[in-house]
Order: sequence, then C-alpha cells, then structure tokens
Amino acid sequence: MKIAVASGKGGTGKTTVAVNLCLFLADAGLQTTYADCDVEEPDGHLFLKPEIISRRRTGIPVPQVDPEACNLCGECGSLCRYSAIVVLKDRVMTFPELCHGCGGCAYICPARAIAEVDRPIGSVDRGNAGKLGFISGCLDIGQAMSPPLIKEVLKETPDDGVTIVDAPPGTSCPAMTAVGDCDYLLLVTEPTPFGRHDLELMLKAVRSLPMPKGVVLNRVNGPDAAMEEMCGRYDVPILARIPEDRLVAEAYSKGLTAWEAVSGYRTVFADLWSGIQKDAGRCGE
Amino acid sequence: MKEIVVISGKGGTGKTSITAAFAGLAKKCVLADCDVDAADLHLLLQPQVRERYEFSGGGRAEIKAEKCLKCGLCRQLCRFDAVRRPADGSSFLTVNSLACEGCGLCVHICPAGAIEFKPVVDGEWYVSDTRMGSMVHACLYPGEGNSGKLVTLVRSRAREIAAGNESDYLLVDGSPGLGCPVIASLAGSDLAVIVTEPTVSGEHDLLRIAGLTKHFRVPTVVCINRSDINPAVSDRIAAVAEAQGIKVIGRVRYDKAVTEAQIAGKTVNEYTDGPVAGEILAAWHRIIDLSEGKE
Repeated sequence: MKIAVASGKGGTGKTTVAVNLCLFLADAGLQTTYADCDVEEPDGHLFLKPEIISRRRTGIPVPQVDPEACNLCGECGSLCRYSAIVVLKDRVMTFPELCHGCGGCAYICPARAIAEVDRPIGSVDRGNAGKLGFISGCLDIGQAMSPPLIKEVLKETPDDGVTIVDAPPGTSCPAMTAVGDCDYLLLVTEPTPFGRHDLELMLKAVRSLPMPKGVVLNRVNGPDAAMEEMCGRYDVPILARIPEDRLVAEAYSKGLTAWEAVSGYRTVFADLWSGIQKDAGRCGE
Repeated sequence: MKEIVVISGKGGTGKTSITAAFAGLAKKCVLADCDVDAADLHLLLQPQVRERYEFSGGGRAEIKAEKCLKCGLCRQLCRFDAVRRPADGSSFLTVNSLACEGCGLCVHICPAGAIEFKPVVDGEWYVSDTRMGSMVHACLYPGEGNSGKLVTLVRSRAREIAAGNESDYLLVDGSPGLGCPVIASLAGSDLAVIVTEPTVSGEHDLLRIAGLTKHFRVPTVVCINRSDINPAVSDRIAAVAEAQGIKVIGRVRYDKAVTEAQIAGKTVNEYTDGPVAGEILAAWHRIIDLSEGKE
C-alpha cells in the first residue's frame, strides 16, 4: 500500500505527519518505507537520520546529434515542442535544459543521427532508519524539472508493505507526479485562511484521481466550521486533528520527531492509521 | 525600479505575510504573485480584477476512438506513461491528461492519424488594483503544469506596469521549492529576500535556496521569521548566512497576530502596531537602504 502525504500550502506539516506515521507503522511491526519525493527540498532525513547505503545519480535522456550522419532534414526540430532541438542551415543545436526527455527526436530521425545521453538532474539515496526503509530524491541546485526525479524515487519503492510518500507542496506537476499512483492520499493542512484556501485548490486538483483521500488538520486550537464544511462538501473525511503544541514545534526545530518528544503522539498516529484503513476499506467496497 | 523577490525554499515560512506587509510599507509599488499554484496574496489584498486573460501552456494529446487501430504504438513510445487502458475495461487506449507532458510524439507517429493535439487552457491571470498598488496574479488550474511559463508571464507584465507608472519597487511573492516556478520568479531580480525559520529544515532549505540565488547571481538577504521559536538555531542560521556573505536583514518574532491578520484579510502592519510590526518595518528599512546602496 502506498500512502502519499501532500498539501497545497507549504509548511503545514507534511513531513511531520509522514515521518511520525512511518515511525508508528514500523513500531507496530509493519514493513514500512519512507520515500521523500519533495526532491526540491528533501527534509525527511533530518528527522529520520538514516544510514545511507547507496546513492544513484539519475537524469533525463537528451539528444546528441551525430553531425556526420545528420542530413539536416529538420524533422526533429519541427517535432520538438520545447525548442530543445533546433535545426539551422548548417547544423543542429540542442538545448538540454529545455528537453523533457520524450525521446521523439531520436525515434523519428530518418538518418538515425540522434543518440540519447543522460543529463544528470539529481540523485536517489537508499538506506535504513532503524526498521524503516528510506528512499530520498535530491534535485541538483539549478535544475528546473523535478517530476522525472520524483518518478525515479517512486520506481524504487517496494511493492509490499506500506510506503509513505512525502510529496512536494503545491498543486502542479511535481505534486501530481508524486501522488498520482498512490493507493491512499492524505492531505495535510492547518486551520488558517491560507491553509483552507490551498486545501480547496488541492481537493480540486485531485478530484479526478481514483484513490480515497483523507484530511489531517495540523496545529488545531479550536473548532473550524468553515474547514469542516468544505471537507464535507468534497466528501473527504477529516481523519486526524493534531493539536497545536509548542513542544512539538520546538522538537521539530531541533530535528526531533514528535514521536520522540511528546508521549501523547502515539495515540494520534494510531488513530490516524486506523482511520486510513477504515476509509480505504469504505472506498474499496 | 527595483525588483525584489521573496522566496523561501521551505514552504510555510511566512513569505506571503511578509511580502504583503512590505507592500503596505513601500510607497509606490507593483505586486506580482508568482506562487501560481497556491496563490494566497489575494486573500490579504482583495484585488479588484481589471483585466483577465486565459493562459495556455501547451496542449494535450487526445485519441479519437473511431480512428484508433489499437496498434499500441503510442503506448509503447510514451515515456510519461500517459497512454493507458481505461479503468472501464474498454480496449481503446486513452491519454491521461495529468500524465501527458504535451510532447506530441504520439500525434506524430500514430499510423492512423487518430491522435489530435488539443490546446488546453491551464489557468488564468489577472491585472488588478489593490490598496497597495497594481497587482498581477494568476491561478493555475488545479493539477495543471507549465507553472514556470505562467510565472514568466505574470512577472513580465508586472515589470511593464512598474516601468510604466514609475514605481519604486516591484515586489514578487515566490513559490516554495527551487524548481521551475522558483527559477522563473528569481532569475534577473535585483534582490532576493529569503524568508526562513529557525528549524533544522528551515536551515537545510536555506542553504539550498541560497545556492540557487548564487547560481543565478541574484544578490541575496535573509529574514528569519518566528526567530524566537528557537533562538539558538536562529543564531546558527545568522552565522551560516553571514559566512556566505548573506546579510540578515531582520528577525521577526512569532506572534499570533500574523494569523489573526490573515483571518482579518489585512497585512500584519495594518492589523497591529505591536513589536512584530516594528520588526517587519525594520527589515523593510534595511531593504530600502540596501537597494539605495546605503549599506
């Protein structure tokens, strides 16, 4: 089972929820893997402090043109919608940063003059944090495209056991890539106008995705009727309400997990897990 | 005109609250909300939309079932796994529009000419009036891509307006992370203000985003928000920043008034004149001094 933890707004507590849920599941004896897909700013390792066993560089396949074989027919240039390959009178220019790696130019080249070479964009780390499996992607600074790296992280997640996918913030391609194929989607937000507004954007963004979804309200310090009403309108249950707690904020600031710092948190995540199981079952019927 | 972009790396550090407060303090400014996939600045500034435009970042492939030969070549060649068998068990292939990257390869290679490329409206963008001045903002339709292109559009229109009405400042509210929309909102700015918080992740992400501003050679300063949550980490962040030649222009305390201002639809400095507002004002004065070359 793959559970993605996402949110429209940044800083609502995705990593806190993902990490603590992982610790709960591993402690409960389930085979659990944490997969950090927030590859632009991966932070899970700061809290889980894993031992990294392997690091793999990964990239996007970009065209390399053999000028001897190329007859300047121009087909590659007219196919490419990203202007990553441009055919001039006497040569072909490539712009690897613009290339999305579709492979079209190499496939259609009538002269077989285009090979593909890997342009590295980041790395994927694998390791263990105690009983937890740990996978994390890290985008190289200056690289614009994170979805291909997110896909590489997801490829390494195991088929068995439970994988918690820590997704990037936002509602556009990186977030959608991370959550698209999960079995359950947890949306984390906070009870502020920004949190509510961005949760609604997220609920709209994932409406067409087939998996069941649930909401985690973080830093709750009282009832929030507007939030409850909105979740009801989208038919998404609120599975957990995590109270605002300065102890948790202080623990987080030091790189400690709520799990380690605050004893009451075990129950919060036990309840969340049983909520997910019940909700996943409800939607599967 | 000076173009100042507020970014953070880590999300939720207070970019938008601080940008809005700065806008209220700047005398003549234009605003650009470049966090196009989770834009929030309008919640504080209640813009009156003056112009509205559609944004199309590209298109998506669509298979016409009546022409499809079911040969499967499109599925075999699509690197984005966007060509899928539909869940209803039908034997016709369909294109998953979220996965489709819009490369157009399937359209080109389909032996039956059964795949069309449809331009798609990915969002809207607006030119509006606010009590702080003109604002250019956008709304990427939820789940759509091409946010970098939309950011570039928003920013260039805001620049035109700022140049046209002789504004002193263009204030840009950036998005979290350091990928395509961040690069699009950052490159070529006069000053990047990184808003961070004193947590291990704030510190970690600050170093990465500072690496990005260095990569694009944008002068950079740091503002430590909620600095009193962990004063020791705040000091460490300040030391790390100064060691890289990045000035800390201010420390802003944690104050419930920031959330209360959000609920009231006001900027922090409109909502309160307490110490938190004074700290934001002091940070803004440092930015003015820096941009006028007084430091």
